[in-house]
Amino acid sequence: MINTPSVDWFALSPSLVAVGAAAVCLLAAVLVPRWLLRPLAGFTCALGFVGGLVTAALVYWKSPDAHLIVADAVSRDRFAALAQMIVMGSGLLAVGVSYSARMREDHIGEYYALLATAAGGMAFLVSATNLMTLFLGLEWFSVCLYVLCAIETDLVGSLEAGLKYLIIGGMGSAVLLFGSALVYGSTGELGFSAIADATRANDLATDPILLVGLAMILAGLAFKASAAPFHMWTPDVYEGAPTPVTGFMAAATKAVALVLALRLLTVAFPEKEDVWTIAVAFLACASLAWGNLAALVQRRVKRLLAYSSISHAGFMLIAIAAANELGGRALLYYLIPYSAISIGAFAVVAARERELAEPVTLDNLAGFGWERPLLGVAMFSFMLGFAGFPLTGGFVGKFYVFSAAYDRGWTWLVIVGLAATLVSLYYYLAVIRAMYMRPAAELGFAPIGGSPPREALLSASVFAAMAVNVGSFFAVQPLIDLSKNAAKAIPL
Amino acid sequence: MTGWLATILVFLPLAGALLVWLLPIGRFAGSLALLVALAEVGFWINALTRMDFNRAGPAPNFDQQTTWFSDLHVSYHVGFYAFSFWLAGLAVVVMAAAIAYAFWVGRERPRAYFGLMLFLTAAVVGVFAAQDLLLFYVFFEAMMIPLYVLIGVWGGPGRMGATVKFVIYTMAGSLLMLAAVIVFGLSRNSFDLVSTEPSNSNWLFLGFAIAFAVKAPLFPLHGWLPDAYRESSPEVAAVLSGVISKAAIFGFIRICFGKFPGPFDDFRVVILGLAVSGLVYGSLLAFRAPDVRGVIAYSSLAQMGLITIGVFAENTAGVSGAVLQSVNHGLISATLFLIAGAIERRTATGNLDRLGGMGRGRPALATMLMATGIIALAVPGSSAFAGEFLILAGVFSSGWGWAVAGATGIVLAAMYMLRLISAVLHERPGPAVPEAALDLRPAELGILVPLVACLLALSAWPAAISAHSLEHSDGKPVLRELVPATDYRERTREQLLNELAAALKSLPPGSGGSLHEFVLDKTPAFAP
Repeated sequence: MINTPSVDWFALSPSLVAVGAAAVCLLAAVLVPRWLLRPLAGFTCALGFVGGLVTAALVYWKSPDAHLIVADAVSRDRFAALAQMIVMGSGLLAVGVSYSARMREDHIGEYYALLATAAGGMAFLVSATNLMTLFLGLEWFSVCLYVLCAIETDLVGSLEAGLKYLIIGGMGSAVLLFGSALVYGSTGELGFSAIADATRANDLATDPILLVGLAMILAGLAFKASAAPFHMWTPDVYEGAPTPVTGFMAAATKAVALVLALRLLTVAFPEKEDVWTIAVAFLACASLAWGNLAALVQRRVKRLLAYSSISHAGFMLIAIAAANELGGRALLYYLIPYSAISIGAFAVVAARERELAEPVTLDNLAGFGWERPLLGVAMFSFMLGFAGFPLTGGFVGKFYVFSAAYDRGWTWLVIVGLAATLVSLYYYLAVIRAMYMRPAAELGFAPIGGSPPREALLSASVFAAMAVNVGSFFAVQPLIDLSKNAAKAIPL
Repeated sequence: MTGWLATILVFLPLAGALLVWLLPIGRFAGSLALLVALAEVGFWINALTRMDFNRAGPAPNFDQQTTWFSDLHVSYHVGFYAFSFWLAGLAVVVMAAAIAYAFWVGRERPRAYFGLMLFLTAAVVGVFAAQDLLLFYVFFEAMMIPLYVLIGVWGGPGRMGATVKFVIYTMAGSLLMLAAVIVFGLSRNSFDLVSTEPSNSNWLFLGFAIAFAVKAPLFPLHGWLPDAYRESSPEVAAVLSGVISKAAIFGFIRICFGKFPGPFDDFRVVILGLAVSGLVYGSLLAFRAPDVRGVIAYSSLAQMGLITIGVFAENTAGVSGAVLQSVNHGLISATLFLIAGAIERRTATGNLDRLGGMGRGRPALATMLMATGIIALAVPGSSAFAGEFLILAGVFSSGWGWAVAGATGIVLAAMYMLRLISAVLHERPGPAVPEAALDLRPAELGILVPLVACLLALSAWPAAISAHSLEHSDGKPVLRELVPATDYRERTREQLLNELAAALKSLPPGSGGSLHEFVLDKTPAFAP
C-alpha cells in the first residue's frame, strides 16, 4: 500500500479545469462532425479558460494565508492565483484571436486542446514550490508550445520555429535540470523553503556547487522568459509561430517564468540575495540593451514585437532584482497590462496578416489605422502602453518598476530603464507612424480587394486588451491591492 | 460647483474628445469640437469670476483631491494658482481659436483631428491645474500624444523628420523629469505639490529644469523647434508656440522655483545666461529667417528666453512680468501663426522673397498683421511693453548686465517684426501673390479679432494679470517668499519723499509721537 498525500483539489482546480477542457477538445476532434468542430472546440477551450479564471479568482479569494499542499509540492496562495488569472485571461484572449485563423481543419481540435493544456501547465508551474514540480510544470507547458509553434505544418516558418524552439527550449530545460541537480546535490533538498533552511543550517551560502546550480536554474528560467543573453530563439520563434500562439507565448510564458523566478529566488535562495539580485540586474540590463537596440532595425512587425518582448523582460527583471515588497507588487501589476497588450498587439498583426496573406512589415501596415479604426486605435494604445506613455497601464507599471529599483537604492538601474525607454520610443512610434502617417497610396500598395474580413471575436479580444490597457491606468488602486495581497505570499 | 471647476476644465474637453471620436457625426465633428471649446472658454470665464486672487494659505483655488493609488501616495489633485489660472485661460482661448480656424479651413478626417485637438486641450489645462507631481507628469506627457499625431498626420511634407526630432527631444527631457519625479516623490513619501517641503538637490532640479528647457525651448535645446513650427499646420503651430511652450514656464515657476529654492538660486546665472543667449540668438535668426513661419518660430525662441529671464529674476516684478508676457506671447504668436496660415492659403508659400504688397487692397489683413506686429515689438503702451518692462525691471535688480542684454533683444524684436510686416504687406507685390488673393474673410476675422481684442484689452490694463499673478497671504507670496524688486537704498530721493508723504497721510490720527519710529520703520535707508 502506497501512502498518498491528501490533495487539495480546489487549489489545483485552475489547472484541472483547463486540462478538462483540453480533454473535451480532444474527444471532440474524433467524435464531432467537421462542421461543428471549430465552434465546439473553440467554445470549450474558451469555457475552460473562463472556468480557470473563475476558479483562480476563487482560490485567490479563499486563500488569504499561503500554505503548502499536496505533500509540500505546490503552494496554495494568492501569488500563484493572481498569476493563474493572468495566464487564463491571456488564454481567453488567445482563443478569440485564434478563432477565425485559417487553420487546417484536421488540427482544430488538437490546437485548442494544446492551448488549454499549456495554460494548465503554466497554472501549475506558478504554484510550484519544489524543484520537481517546477520542472514538471515547465516541461508540461513547453511541450505543448513546441507543438503549437509547429502546428501549421504547411508553413516552412512554422516548422522551423517549432524545431528551433524545441532545440533551444530543450537546451534551456536541460540547463535548468542540471542546475536543480546541483542544488539538490549541495543541499540535499528539493523543496524551495527546505533548500533555504538547509543552506542556512549547513552554512552553504558560499558553496560553489550551490552557486553554480543557482546560476544554471536562473539561466533556464531566463530562456523561458526570453531575457538576454538567453533570448536568441525569440525573434525566429515569434516570427515563425502562428501569430495567436506567439501572442499567447509572449504574454503567458513570460509571465509565468518571471513570476516563478521571483518565487524561487526569494523562497529558496534568500541567503544568496546579494548574488542573485546582481545577476538579475545584469540580465535586466542586457535584455534592455539588446532588445531595444535590435528592435530599432526591424522591419517585420512580429520580429519587432519579439525584441520588444525581450526588452520588457528586462523591465520586469528590474522589479525582481529590486527584491523588495514594492518589486513584487510592481512585477505583478506590470504583468496585467503587459499580457493584455502583448496579445492585443499580436492580434492586430494577425488581423493584418489575414488581410494581406503575407508577413506584416512596417511598410505594408501603411494606412492600416485609417482602414480599420478599432484595430488601429487599439494598436496605437498598445504601442503607447509598451512605450510607457500615460493613459495606459504600461506607464504605471514602469513607474512602479522604477520606484522599486529606487527603493532598493539602485538609482543607476532606474537610469538604465529610462534610457531604454527613450530608445524604445523610436520603434514603437515607428509602428504608429506606419499605420497612420503614411497613406497607402504613397506606397502604391493595394489590398487584395473587397472589405476586410469580419472577425468579431478578434475585434472583441483586441477591444478587451485595450480596455485592460487603459483601464489599468485609471484603476490602479484595485489592481495594486490585488498585487499587494498576492505578493504577501512570498518572503520579500 | 466652485470646487469642481478645475476638474470640469480638465475633463470637459476630454469628454468632448471622446464624443467626437465615438459619435458617428462625420462632418459635424468640427462644430461639436468648436462648441466644446467655446463652452470651455465659458467655464474659464465663470471660474474667473469665482477666483480668489488674495487667497490665504498654500492651497490653490478650486482645490480638489482624491487618492489615485495610496501605497505610493499619489493622488489626483487639481487646483489653480493665480499665475497658472492665467496660463490656463491662455490655453483655452488659443485652443478655441485654433479649433475654429481648423473648422473653417477644413481638415481631412475631421473626427480624428478635432478629437485630438480637444484631447490636447484637456492635457494642457491639466498641466496647469495639476497639484500632484505624478499627475503633472501624466498631463505633461499626455500633451505629446496628440501633438505627435497632429504634426505627423496633418503636417507638411517634411513632417516625418519634424515629429521624430520633436519626440526625441521632448521625451529625453521628460524621462529625466520622470527620474526626478520618482526620486522626489519617493524620498518625501508624497507626490503632492502643495504639501511637500522643498528640496535642495541639484540633480533633481536639473532633471526638471532640462525637461522644461526642452519644452520651452531654451537655447541650446531648441533643435526641434524650427521643423516642428514649419511642418505643422498653422493652428497646431499656433498652439505649440502659444500654449505648449507655456507648460515649461509653469514648470519653472511651480516646480523649479517652488520646490527647489536653493538650486534655483545656484543655477540662475547659468539659466539666465542661456536665456539671454536664446533671446539674442533667436532674435538674430528671426531677422535672417527666409519665411514667415521662420520669423515667428525664432521670435518664439527669443520670447521664451525673455520670459525665462523674468522667472529667474526671482522677484515679484520679474515673475509677474513673466506671467504677463507668457499670456502676451501666447496670444501674439498664435495670432501670427494663424495669419501666416491665412497668407499661405492665399499664396501657397511663406517665403518672404516671394511675398509682398499684400497690404494694398487688403485692409483687414494689413490691420491685423500690423496690430499684432506692433504689439509684438513692444511699442510703449502695448501689453508686451508692460510685460517686457516688468521683466527687465525685475532682472535689473540682480545685475544691470542682464537687463541691458534683455533690452538688446527687444530692439532686435523691432527689427525682425518690422521686416516681417514690410516684407508681407509693403513693397512691390511679390511673384507669389496673385492679384485675386482675397482679404481676410469674415470667418478669419471672427477668429483673429477676439485674439487681438484680448491683446488690446491687456494693453489697456496689463495689471489685470501682472498684479494678480502671485497670491499673497499676509503680504507674502503663497509659493515662496520673493525678494522685493528694488531695495529702498536704490530709490531716488524723490521716490522716497513721495513714499514718506504717502505714509504720513496714511497715519492714524493721534499717533504723532511715534512718527520718528514710524518713518525709520518704513524707510530703513534713513536709519543711522
